[in-house]
Amino acid sequence: MPKRTDIHKIMIIGAGPIIIGQACEFDYSGTQACKALKEEGYNVILVNSNPATIMTDPETADSTYVEPVTPEVVAKIIEKERPDALLPTLGGQTGLNTAVKVAEMGVLEKFGVELIGASLEAINKAESRDQFRAAMEKIGLKLPQSGFATTLDQARIVAKEIGFPLIIRPSFTLGGTGGGVVYNPEELETVAKAGLDASLIGQVMIEQSVLGWKEYELEVMRDHNDNVVIICSIENLDPMGVHTGDSITVAPAQTLSDVEYQVMRNASLDIMREIGVDTGGSNVQFAVNPENGEMIVVEMNPRVSRSSALASKATGFPIAKIAAKLAVGYTLDEIPNDITGETLASFEPTLDYCVVKIPRWTFEKFPETPDLLTTSMKSVGETMAIGRTFKEALQKGLRGLEVGRHGLGADGKGRQEEDGAFPSQEEIERKLSIPNSQRIFYLRYALQAGMGIDAICRVTGIDPWFLYQIQQIVDLEQTLRGRGDGRCICDGEKPQFPLTDEELRLAKSWGFSDVQLAHLLGMDADGVTAYRKQRGIRPVYKLVDTCAAEFRAATPYYYSTYEEECEARVSNRKKVMILGGGPNRIGQGIEFDYCCVHASFALRQQGVESIMVNSNPETVSTDYDTSDKLYFEPLTKEDVLHIVEKEKPYGVIVQFGGQTPLNLATPLAKAGVPILGTDPKSIDRAEDREQFQAMLNKLGLVQPANGIAMAVGEASRVALEIGYPVIVRPSFVLGGRAMAIVYNQKELENFTRLAILASPGNPVLIDKFLENAMEVDVDAISDGETTVIGGIMQHIEAAGVHSGDSACVLPPIKIKPALIAEIAAATKAMAAELNVIGLMNVQYAIKEDSLFVIEVNPRASRTIPFVSKATGVPLAKLATRIMLGQTLKELGFTREIVPPHLSVKEAVLPFDRFPDVDTLLGPEMKSTGEVMGMGLDFGSAYAKAQLGAGQKLPVEGTVFISVMDSDKATIMPVARDFNALGFSILATSGTCAYLRERGIDARRINKLSEGRPHVEDAIKNGEINLVVNTALGGGARGDGYVIRRAALKYSIPYVTTTSGGLAVCKAITALKSNELTVQSLQAYHHCVISPGKG
Amino acid sequence: MSQPTYTKALLALEDGRTFACRTFTGPGEVGGEVVFNTSMSGYQEVLTDPSYSGQMVTMTYPLIGNYGVNLADIESDRVQVAAFIVREYQPFPSNFRSMGSLGEYLQAAHIVGVDSLDTRALTRHIRNAGAMRAIISTRESDPEILIQKARSLPAMAGLDLARTVTAGQPYLWTNTGPMPIEGRLNESVWMERDAKSSVVALDFGIKYNILRCLADRGCEVAVVPAFTDPDTIKAMAPSGIFLSNGPGDPEPVTYGIDTARALMGYRPMFGICLGHQILGLALGGKTYKMKFGHRGANQPVKHLVTGKVEITSQNHGFAVDVNSMDPRQVEITHINLNDDTLEGFRHKELPVFAVQYHPEASPGPHDARYLFDTFKRLINEAQ
Repeated sequence: MPKRTDIHKIMIIGAGPIIIGQACEFDYSGTQACKALKEEGYNVILVNSNPATIMTDPETADSTYVEPVTPEVVAKIIEKERPDALLPTLGGQTGLNTAVKVAEMGVLEKFGVELIGASLEAINKAESRDQFRAAMEKIGLKLPQSGFATTLDQARIVAKEIGFPLIIRPSFTLGGTGGGVVYNPEELETVAKAGLDASLIGQVMIEQSVLGWKEYELEVMRDHNDNVVIICSIENLDPMGVHTGDSITVAPAQTLSDVEYQVMRNASLDIMREIGVDTGGSNVQFAVNPENGEMIVVEMNPRVSRSSALASKATGFPIAKIAAKLAVGYTLDEIPNDITGETLASFEPTLDYCVVKIPRWTFEKFPETPDLLTTSMKSVGETMAIGRTFKEALQKGLRGLEVGRHGLGADGKGRQEEDGAFPSQEEIERKLSIPNSQRIFYLRYALQAGMGIDAICRVTGIDPWFLYQIQQIVDLEQTLRGRGDGRCICDGEKPQFPLTDEELRLAKSWGFSDVQLAHLLGMDADGVTAYRKQRGIRPVYKLVDTCAAEFRAATPYYYSTYEEECEARVSNRKKVMILGGGPNRIGQGIEFDYCCVHASFALRQQGVESIMVNSNPETVSTDYDTSDKLYFEPLTKEDVLHIVEKEKPYGVIVQFGGQTPLNLATPLAKAGVPILGTDPKSIDRAEDREQFQAMLNKLGLVQPANGIAMAVGEASRVALEIGYPVIVRPSFVLGGRAMAIVYNQKELENFTRLAILASPGNPVLIDKFLENAMEVDVDAISDGETTVIGGIMQHIEAAGVHSGDSACVLPPIKIKPALIAEIAAATKAMAAELNVIGLMNVQYAIKEDSLFVIEVNPRASRTIPFVSKATGVPLAKLATRIMLGQTLKELGFTREIVPPHLSVKEAVLPFDRFPDVDTLLGPEMKSTGEVMGMGLDFGSAYAKAQLGAGQKLPVEGTVFISVMDSDKATIMPVARDFNALGFSILATSGTCAYLRERGIDARRINKLSEGRPHVEDAIKNGEINLVVNTALGGGARGDGYVIRRAALKYSIPYVTTTSGGLAVCKAITALKSNELTVQSLQAYHHCVISPGKG
Repeated sequence: MSQPTYTKALLALEDGRTFACRTFTGPGEVGGEVVFNTSMSGYQEVLTDPSYSGQMVTMTYPLIGNYGVNLADIESDRVQVAAFIVREYQPFPSNFRSMGSLGEYLQAAHIVGVDSLDTRALTRHIRNAGAMRAIISTRESDPEILIQKARSLPAMAGLDLARTVTAGQPYLWTNTGPMPIEGRLNESVWMERDAKSSVVALDFGIKYNILRCLADRGCEVAVVPAFTDPDTIKAMAPSGIFLSNGPGDPEPVTYGIDTARALMGYRPMFGICLGHQILGLALGGKTYKMKFGHRGANQPVKHLVTGKVEITSQNHGFAVDVNSMDPRQVEITHINLNDDTLEGFRHKELPVFAVQYHPEASPGPHDARYLFDTFKRLINEAQ
């Protein structure tokens, strides 16, 4: 069947902001789908509120709506665009849920829009637990024993019937939010309650626990002609009980015989057919009892998923792209396999390597949350590694994780080295038995402590096969440890080295990094590297080709390994290497991948060969057709240098991928690697306090009073000198890691200690904190001669909230023209002084009409995609061309573009995943993603941003206000606005008295300590529609904390700053005065003349 | 768990390429044709598949031995490969059915297993240069001598290997395995004549799973040696005739081709793999040696009648030339989507059909099991 010609316009719903459980894998899948459909000549309409995506680039779809992904807004876009079809399976759970709602609203029927890919019936059959169970029973497959409950009473009854332990799974949620394992009636109460709250339909499934069973996942594709193929099998190292997103997973399955694998394959095929997924990709999860092979179905997703992105990268088979083509009528045997070029998509990829995915957590950002892994996902990113042995892939993965480790231990880091003592047996067993982010490292300790594989398997449920592999790593470590006497001669005529070539080769083929070897041998890593290279022991590069070398591969997608034959096809063209950002984490996310992808596109446009190096399987940058060449490798000095030595690029771009490549800039430059753009020395100069201060003095710019300290005592002296409050932070980190505002000496001491831990060996920075100042973010681009402002963003939240967590508006709405001019001039002066070639980001604070420079970063910032979407200027592409030697003048970009419309960026925070964490914003970044709202006035742009971020602002009702004393002055206009908007105001005693004294009509409500009914009761009873609650600094926890958590739990919109409150009033005004309208990005950009196009 | 003893070895190909490696099964020297298989699972089925007789099989998936070996996952009564070549042998198996390690299993069968070589390089070499003869030795380290030895091995083309693997004695397939047939081959061999369809399987190296698949569909199967003549088979009065898979070149298997020709139209006839090639030759077609063949569990085959695609298990180094088949007599039913080679045909008038691939899978996907139903249906219709 060829493609359908009865449909012309197809709508795709994106996944919205990056949240835990739904990250940039949906940018990858959505971008592929848009490209695939456009390629087929369809008119593609896209909805996605996430500006940091490639899919929302104006070139990706024909009409791009950067609008909230909500049923109401999507309905409006459908009404406006009148698409023929809606493809709901590529935008994650958000896209799927929204499509279902839109269908149920009758919108699709009304406007004659066909749901393609998966029917409403199929989606419901897969998503509704009871329908799914019935379907599985019909085809003879087993599910765990279970029952449903919509009340706590029902939950208790079901629990009694099945018996503990139990798993609570809320129906219709994402990544198992609100779910968990319960071992007793007490835990049942809390978890079932949370689950009922989290479920969109107020239902939980209570399920027999299959904790410790082996967990597998199969990626399946089906076409209209009922051809079904398995793309990839995945086996989890962590058994059932840990969310797949939080599990270390391995492809292909390792411990299934063919007999068992085929049973699973047959089951997957039957499930696809029974659920009735018409076309596209789905995944099916299974649990297998290790004792007897009993297999049960865990769940099925009738859409592309995080696992399908992983499977695509693991196999080279582009699931989302093919899914899009199948949705418009092609069959698998009509679609070519891009990788081989000579075969078709209707086959099952076969791997000749082992793939390991390791999740990246950021528990350090949420100290209130215990580092425990459950059925509710907590990781914010992941890294993938490819090797010819599991051992190699595991160690590559661990060093690609960006947690400061160089492999599985043996690197002088970790718990033992930090504390100077080997962990106790009790600690080891605890860390093994209760899954946590460090468990993989504790497996090593357990083996070192002499715990046998069987014993570890009993405690962890981890399959002995994996434990044996780890045992081999540990044994080799033991063999090598102490072999060097530190007196080896690494080069010259007669080198002396403690290992034979054979031993060295074995260690490398098991994934040992030179840093690990150096640590074990008591040498320095450079010495090991030098000797190794002299002995000709270098990695070779092999191809990911979908077919285990059976056919010639056309697509250059490589991984390194230590074997004989190298397949890298090195060209004589001019080539530039781009270093990506590695795994996503809070502070370094999709925004940087966006910039790397743009660099690649720009290079291609310029006829320069682009070489991407990255280890993040979720991203567009690691799509094999984004760049001319893809090296799927960890971003470490050793791994990157190997590629540089092989490819000999003209230059390397480090300023786009965030902190990871930036940290490599100086070591690479020292190794003689040409770094394109701004000199790494300038990067250091902006980061180094003294040099930076000298520069500001020279330019006549002012920064808040500050100092540096290497120790706690020194910090106290500095703080006294400049006066509290001060901001304490470590240097050379991103995302405000370990950054805090402190008001007294005690806090200062605590936080200084933390800052020293976060970036050991680097100074702690101490700045005067400017209370109630306005912050401004500026992105600029410079060619060394000319500097042009890319965008000036005014923060909504006052200074003190990390720029990544603060909402902002472009262009600014409250900054005086003179100050804007001053900002532009200061930015240009600093760009010239630092000789910036490429992008630069500056953060300013404005207090009482004075401009302070907070920090300067001569690199791509998190806001580049937002600014580009707002102004239509492809800043990252322009910067790439500048790095190649072109000038802004040549590129036709010499004047700042100030768009006539307003764009608001709002951060999206993961507090719903971390039950014990306060929702207050502070200097440490906590957001996982962002949304963008666009409009012709600030109110509607901000309202859209709030809606996109999941805050449903009320247009009437009751607002609860409780602020700390220092915020009382600034809360007045907010309260006045709410009064004027017709809201009734509830306030706690202090705030209430303050407001009443000033003529605001407010009613008092009890604090928690003042007896009931109190404010939490009011929230629970739905008597409050909006919460404004501040408690910065001083530690006003207790009441405020409970209120904010309750608001989060009951989905009551909340604001934690007074400036945020003011913006919310503007948004509500906009919502009340007129209905929100939708407009495509292309239409917005039409009013802006932008350079560098084509 | 016992760590294997590793012995340094050299793999030398007839074209001069060599790979240093090590055995995990003790010392030894062996020769054969090097081929590669791209299945990621099912190594025990591969090892015991008689079609691999005379071949040294490289698995492209690097980690082999993970789930050990057991008594059930066998395709014949012994290990059939000449040698087994993997990237990293796994001496510590983990699976609830595992009864021992792969290394011990091979060692007990006196089959050489080697690892620690760049099997992807070896695979690419074979892809480019074709399947070829080679020697693995722990005794001789001089590559020149080994290369010469490899060149002196008999070439696969023209080699009748079916003769060497066919059953010495006829047997009935029962749910516990083969049960030898004592006495003469005639109608009295059948034990369940009334309850089941009687099928005679000509054994050119039959895989047990074919027998299991037939048995599952209500067939009682008598497996007879490849040389069994048409009259003897007729004396058994079967209701269906099956031509099995097997190793080597089909052309020299003239006895099988003659028998197939003689029995065509007598009873419904189904051929798999070598059986498919033999039927092709019996119908006047031609066969040829492929460069490196099809061996794996992911080969897409299009069923031309339904338009559907089956993911199939394959193991063959020879093929029937699709252009050599007489279109007036034969209908092409299946083709390989990767390279358009012939994967299946049926006679336009007689109840005769065959496929080049392995619907019994083992290892591999079960997509093509319907072919056994087709065979059963033809038998039922003919009765």
